[in-house]
Amino acid sequence: MSNMSRIAVTSEGPSLDDLVDPRFGRAAGFVVVDLETMHTQYIDNGQSQVLAQGAGIQAAGLVAQAGVSCLLTGSVGPKAFKALCAVGIKVGQNLEGLTVRSAVERYKNGQIEIAPAANRSGR
Amino acid sequence: MREIIIISGKGGTGKTSLTGAFAHLATTKIICDLDVDAPDLHLLLQPTIGRREEFYSGHEAVIEGETCDGCGLCASLCQFGAIRQHEAGFVVDPVRCEGCKVCVAFCPTAAIRFPERHCGRWYVSSTRFGPLVHAQLFPGAENSGRLVMVLKQQARELAQARGADLVLCDGAPGIGCPVISSLSGAHLAVVVTEPTPSGRHDLERVAALCRHFQTALGVIINKHDLNDDETARIEAFCHDENYPVLARLPHDPLVTRAMVQGLVVTELPESDFSQELGQAWSRIEALAGPGR
Amino acid sequence: MIVAVASGKGGTGKTTVAASLASIWHGPVLGVDLDVEEPNLHLFLQPVIAGSEAAYMTVPALAESKCTYCGACSELCQFKAINVIGQIVLSFPEMCHGCGGCIAVCPEKALSAGQRELGEVRWGQAGGVGFLSGQLRIGEAMSPPLMRRVKARLDQMLTNGGDAIIDAPPGVSCPAVNAVMDSDVILLVTEPTPFGVYDFQLAWEAFVTLGKPLGAVINRAGLGNDAIYRFCREKGLPVLAEIPYDRAIAEAYSCGRVIATLNPGIEATFVTLRDKIRHLAQPGRSREAAHA
Repeated sequence: MSNMSRIAVTSEGPSLDDLVDPRFGRAAGFVVVDLETMHTQYIDNGQSQVLAQGAGIQAAGLVAQAGVSCLLTGSVGPKAFKALCAVGIKVGQNLEGLTVRSAVERYKNGQIEIAPAANRSGR
Repeated sequence: MREIIIISGKGGTGKTSLTGAFAHLATTKIICDLDVDAPDLHLLLQPTIGRREEFYSGHEAVIEGETCDGCGLCASLCQFGAIRQHEAGFVVDPVRCEGCKVCVAFCPTAAIRFPERHCGRWYVSSTRFGPLVHAQLFPGAENSGRLVMVLKQQARELAQARGADLVLCDGAPGIGCPVISSLSGAHLAVVVTEPTPSGRHDLERVAALCRHFQTALGVIINKHDLNDDETARIEAFCHDENYPVLARLPHDPLVTRAMVQGLVVTELPESDFSQELGQAWSRIEALAGPGR
Repeated sequence: MIVAVASGKGGTGKTTVAASLASIWHGPVLGVDLDVEEPNLHLFLQPVIAGSEAAYMTVPALAESKCTYCGACSELCQFKAINVIGQIVLSFPEMCHGCGGCIAVCPEKALSAGQRELGEVRWGQAGGVGFLSGQLRIGEAMSPPLMRRVKARLDQMLTNGGDAIIDAPPGVSCPAVNAVMDSDVILLVTEPTPFGVYDFQLAWEAFVTLGKPLGAVINRAGLGNDAIYRFCREKGLPVLAEIPYDRAIAEAYSCGRVIATLNPGIEATFVTLRDKIRHLAQPGRSREAAHA
């Protein structure tokens, strides 16, 4: 079940000071943040990257297992978006260029618009 | 940063020759050959390979002869006709194997291995017009579009790193997986067509595909002087659907002459063709709009 | 006998050759369009369509009341077409390859055969030539499943004998291989330009492993250079016909004409090609050619 105080951010590395990975399905990994304690956990996304197709769906499964309520990233494709929606995870997009820490701060300050749809056209 | 894809629907309309010329005319850009099945842009650009990477995608089933007891369950389950009898056991035809893992999962003696499939190779190279990201699928390999996505990703990262505001891509013919992947995230598709029934028919299908994926498109009518009636029909179609006609290029042996010399047509002495092409490129840039 | 007309590069004249061969064939013959992404054969043969049907493939349909969310289907699926995340089953039928694995592996028999529409199969008659074609639905990414449906109907239509000439898709990846792999003879059509030669070499590499007799047809002969002839000699690949580079032919093609009817010279070229194909397909001869 998703925990309102846990969110995931696609990341180029394991720490809060790494940059948000602009991709979701083939992101390097996800930093899972407990918003109350700012404690972090890193999930490597290697198993999605190797897939010929459906990396975004695999990644959605990984993130769902981590029990988060929201996912922050650059772009999500339509199938991955559908998968995240189906498991009740909200999506915040267009955050590439920020550090994970900045993205999380914006979320805490209510500055992130929750996406109604994927911002990337799919294949 | 904008991404412009040159596609055609029908093969042989001049997509690659024109992309090569646009690569010459454009300023700071990353060039990308997304026709990973039959790539030809490198024949005009003569790349010097800087980086080479192996491409693995999916898996294939391989039956271990010693462990196989010849029960034939795999062959009966395979929906792709890939498994046939061989001596005392069974063997998988790699050409037909879909990599679905059903035989592997159901084999009672666990006699089937499932290694990754080596499908091709991709490269980041330098050319006289700038960096080129390209690839070659091995003959017979699956063309799911994944390799196309890898190339696009590389080209975008390179554009970011080099401060280039354009990724210019030579696309694949058809309307299947590779073309669909090519269109993903593209700002503009330029469809190169020819005034023949096939050219028009295929333009309509690829235009429908662009609409389906909400990609803006413009049309270039190549070899327009081959058939005035067909050219008029294509123009009428474009008018009805609101697709800008970016150029009408004449059928000119200059294009092949340039190709034979390993040059793009804009590198030959100036001609009506090259002038028209230059104007086409200006219109394409205007249509694609400013970079983000 | 089934003759497949293929090429590496698109636009070299596959449909031109297939339509022309069919028009001068002796005996019952079927023109088959397996270029399901961009079918064009009908534009030249102009068949009267006798019938058509939508083609489907099997995708999983879930009876959720029986599902225990064990995830066995999700675990097996190589294509992420069916996914179990917690207590949610999410399926993406467009990603399904139709392997039937999930349906077979489900311990609760909660999955049954549902359908995804691939496109359409049509058949008819064009004068003395039979016609069969497949057309992929726009947005459907994979061609092999529809090609399999068309080939199944082809087998039915040939049960009483007769020959078939297949217009294959361009390229050398799995759609092209799928189109030619069940034929008796493969014709490789190319043009003697650098792109034509390069893609021809890829096609030769892809198709030679299939062990079928191979022959080359050089279209637009006189254009480009003679590298193609050197390659064919090197590989022992017979050049079965040359169609000259001729603007009159290009214009006739642009009007949708079958070029074998253009003049007696061209007609003779195709009649000779037909006879050489028959000779190449003979069992003794074919072993020799495959060995070369």
